Amino acid sequence: MSNNERVLKFHILRYNPQLKGDIPTMKTYEVKEAPGMTIFIALNDIRENQDPSLQFDFICRAGICGSCAMVINGHPDLACRTLTSKFPDGEIKLMPLPGFELIGDLSVNTGKFMRAMSERVESWIHDQYADNVDLDRLEERMDPDVADEIYELERCVECGCCVSACATKRMRDGFLSAVGFMRLARYALDPRDKRSDEEFYEIVGDDDGVFGCMTLLGCQDYCPKDLPHQTQIAYLRRRMALVR
Amino acid sequence: MKVVYTDSLVIGGGLAGLRIAIAARQRGYDSIVLSLMPAKRSHSAAAQGGMQASLGASIKGEGDNEDVHFEDTVKGSDWGCDQDVARMFVNTAPKAIRQLCAWGVPWSRVRKGDREVVINGQKVTITEKDEAHGLITSRDFGGTKKWRTCFTSDGTGHTMLYAMDNKAIQLGIQVHERKEAVALIHEDGVCYGAVVRDLVTGELVAYVAKATTIATGGYGRLYAVTTNAVISEGIGNAIALETGIAPLGNMEAVQFHPTAIVPVGILTTEGCRGDGGLLLDKDGYRFMPDYEPGKKELASRDVVSRRMTEHIRKGKGVSSRYGDHLWLDITLLGRQHIEKNLREVKEICEYFLGIDPVKEYIPVRPTQHYSMGGVRTRSTGESPTMKGLFSAGEAACWDMHGFNRLGGNSVAETVVAGMIVGEYVADYCAQNPLNINTKLIEQFMDREKEKISALLSRDKGENPFELKKEMQQIMMDKVGIFRNEADLSQAVEELKVLHQRSKNIALRHKISSSNPELVEAIRVPKMIRLAQCVAYGAMLRKESRGAHAREDYPERNDRDWLKRTLTFWPDENADLPEVKYEDLDIMKMEMPPGSRGYGVDNTIHHPDTEKRVAQLEEIKKANPNADRFEMQRLLNPIEIPDKFRGKNERVGKGFK
Ligand SMILES: Cc1cc2nc3c(=O)[nH]c(=O)nc-3n(C[C@H](O)[C@H](O)[C@H](O)COP(=O)(O)OP(=O)(O)OC[C@H]3O[C@@H](n4cnc5c(N)ncnc54)[C@H](O)[C@@H]3O)c2cc1C
Ligand code: SF4
Ligand code: SF4
Ligand code: FES
Repeated sequence: MSNNERVLKFHILRYNPQLKGDIPTMKTYEVKEAPGMTIFIALNDIRENQDPSLQFDFICRAGICGSCAMVINGHPDLACRTLTSKFPDGEIKLMPLPGFELIGDLSVNTGKFMRAMSERVESWIHDQYADNVDLDRLEERMDPDVADEIYELERCVECGCCVSACATKRMRDGFLSAVGFMRLARYALDPRDKRSDEEFYEIVGDDDGVFGCMTLLGCQDYCPKDLPHQTQIAYLRRRMALVR
Repeated sequence: MKVVYTDSLVIGGGLAGLRIAIAARQRGYDSIVLSLMPAKRSHSAAAQGGMQASLGASIKGEGDNEDVHFEDTVKGSDWGCDQDVARMFVNTAPKAIRQLCAWGVPWSRVRKGDREVVINGQKVTITEKDEAHGLITSRDFGGTKKWRTCFTSDGTGHTMLYAMDNKAIQLGIQVHERKEAVALIHEDGVCYGAVVRDLVTGELVAYVAKATTIATGGYGRLYAVTTNAVISEGIGNAIALETGIAPLGNMEAVQFHPTAIVPVGILTTEGCRGDGGLLLDKDGYRFMPDYEPGKKELASRDVVSRRMTEHIRKGKGVSSRYGDHLWLDITLLGRQHIEKNLREVKEICEYFLGIDPVKEYIPVRPTQHYSMGGVRTRSTGESPTMKGLFSAGEAACWDMHGFNRLGGNSVAETVVAGMIVGEYVADYCAQNPLNINTKLIEQFMDREKEKISALLSRDKGENPFELKKEMQQIMMDKVGIFRNEADLSQAVEELKVLHQRSKNIALRHKISSSNPELVEAIRVPKMIRLAQCVAYGAMLRKESRGAHAREDYPERNDRDWLKRTLTFWPDENADLPEVKYEDLDIMKMEMPPGSRGYGVDNTIHHPDTEKRVAQLEEIKKANPNADRFEMQRLLNPIEIPDKFRGKNERVGKGFK
């Protein structure tokens, strides 16, 4: 934490599609930096003291809920845990996450995309007995390592950084994207999910699925939760290739 | 006028709300969930440490069962909880966790054989039993006799919420995102749904339903520094209060968590101390054993928070530009453990403090964390005074936490209440056809419309952001961990002034669609009213119980105060809420008031306590052969929905 106070310059894309005739413009706001300041703190400062119409989404402000992803000086990241001290010249350019419907300014509709993704990969345990388990009895056992491995993939917070960093997604609108691959891999790993490889293939076995992925790994580079995209995508491709 | 009809309207898409929607859906009723944002981003996702359920699979949980969990919960509540509810809860928690297991939560599991753990600052080897291998494991948490807190690494809430939301998606339950309930629709003591504002278009929509459930989480943001999400603003509580009919319970019961990082107030889980982390002062001295030789760092939360504050007041805090703090030391747990079981904590330290907790101490301070108070309900989850209005989760005062909630008991409550209250919601849908006059809907819609147009047309007036800041500061300074008459009465007076000022909010940005300033302008007057309930209730309660600690009334006073606070706001133009009390009947308690075992016991006892103790002794003597289940029924027969009545199996114990 530095003691000499700087004046930060935030260049923010402003656009409210709800307002007829509004056009996207970049606006600059100056904020006096405080020690330990995050983009969350700075944006709220701007909203409270300069422009109360500024739209953005923060919820947990602790890097946990995945609401606040935006493009920060060209890179998608969680804004709430990005310290302003990271930027030596004090110039910070903020853009909404591409690849999602824009709600306004820095706020995008990740919810709609993620729900559709969950529906598409059927992001739940497929087991016809799951609703008939006798809840009084001991739970089904699981190897402790397998539980840990599933958690590794389940750490995804649906922030959308991987989607916005993906070149394939930009070209193919229907591309499932890395977040979907991670979700699918998570269920494919889970012994409680009784789906067969053929059934998974139905979901990802085409160019909108793993075979469309160019493995450029923008996803892995920008995933704030460090999910193992590379290994998992490669693994899924191999496994799916075997189905045919 | 846009109207949406459903059977069961659930306001809130956190763990509690989703579970209720699932229950109603599974019974064949249409359910719609409203949420301020995607359900998976609800604050439930932030729960790190775990969920309590007496599975007793880990060796350190051996001997655990519903009775021990019950005892811990009642003691933790400082006898302020509803024991019937606590009983229902402890019996259902193992089922809830097992259901979540079937629905996909990757609970951390027992690994047979030796493992090294840190207990009381020492490395100790414990040996997990072969027969428990692969079952759900548990860790130690504050205020519990056994290691009972089940977890997935330190992302427990996240995995629970994901499993729950995925289940809701599987069942085709609609979650209407970016929608905010701003008023309840009701007539003659019956609730018919809510007036809802679309946060993107600004449109008002009436959601009309047979049963309406408030599951909007806590009200931590009444305080300037809190571990809660920025959306934990208590709006669900406020709209119940604004009916004038539905009461809020125990609003003054506000919990402070010992270890949030300084200055921003982000939580580091109790799992840090549960797993062996220590609290140190400016001299690097471990001070908790001096205050609480028994449970030390793992005393109940309210106790640890007060001891830390006392210690800081003695000049033992580490001074910083953000005020004094103490250290949380988890370095003794080792890199491997931290990177696996306390990984979110590590990330938080790296990103927000720029430190590596494997090598460095974490600056911490007690910080607002949990709202025990909320919409008062019966054990069925229904408001005692408004039919068709239900509440569950942190938003509710179902009242299993009384004046202090145990760590791990909250996410457990959300899912257990979701299961139980969900059944009663479904029953209500079955028994009550929807009978509503469109005039009534119109009337409520018009009222909200007018309020919004007034806000948009006023030229000059108060700034909602300023009002909120002032309120948050009053709550911090005067309604905090330690309370006294002078501060509290000042807070009450100052909040009255803010309440008046909040009637005169004007906006700089006058558009009715997506507009953060308008959102704030709608919420702030509601939040101020809630703050008034907290401060006024705290001023009136002249005793110390659980998290409500009065310096001027340090003793727990069962004789005069073994009662639940009920707060109403019947007159819209009044300056203060009305407060009533509901007695807790000792003669029905399975566990009559006693000592929690912290510090000196200076309780002023109620005359009934002795009577009830004697009565219980007699029942026990008269039934020497009763097993623990029969005994429980003799001591306090309670009603649990059939589905959840069964005994719970434990490894090595069967159903005993
Ligand atoms: C940092 C942190 C860590 C925690 N760790 C633990 C732990 O380890 N163990 C434990 O047991 N407990 C823990 N807790 C407590 C526990 O997480 C919460 O009490 C619990 O998750 C609350 O769940 P809920 O479903 O009641 O509400 P939430 O999950 O808060 O959900 C509230 C929902 O209501 C919606 N909402 C709010 N207002 C409105 C409105 N006006 N209209 C429409 N929708 C609305 C929101 O969008 C959201 O979907 C922790 C809490 C915090 C803050
Ligand atoms: S590897 Fe490249 S193409 Fe494939 S999902 Fe990741 S970013 Fe997209
Ligand atoms: S995989 Fe990573 S980048 Fe993609 S949504 Fe999940 S957390 Fe975000
Ligand atoms: S606000 Fe939750 S991750 Fe940034």
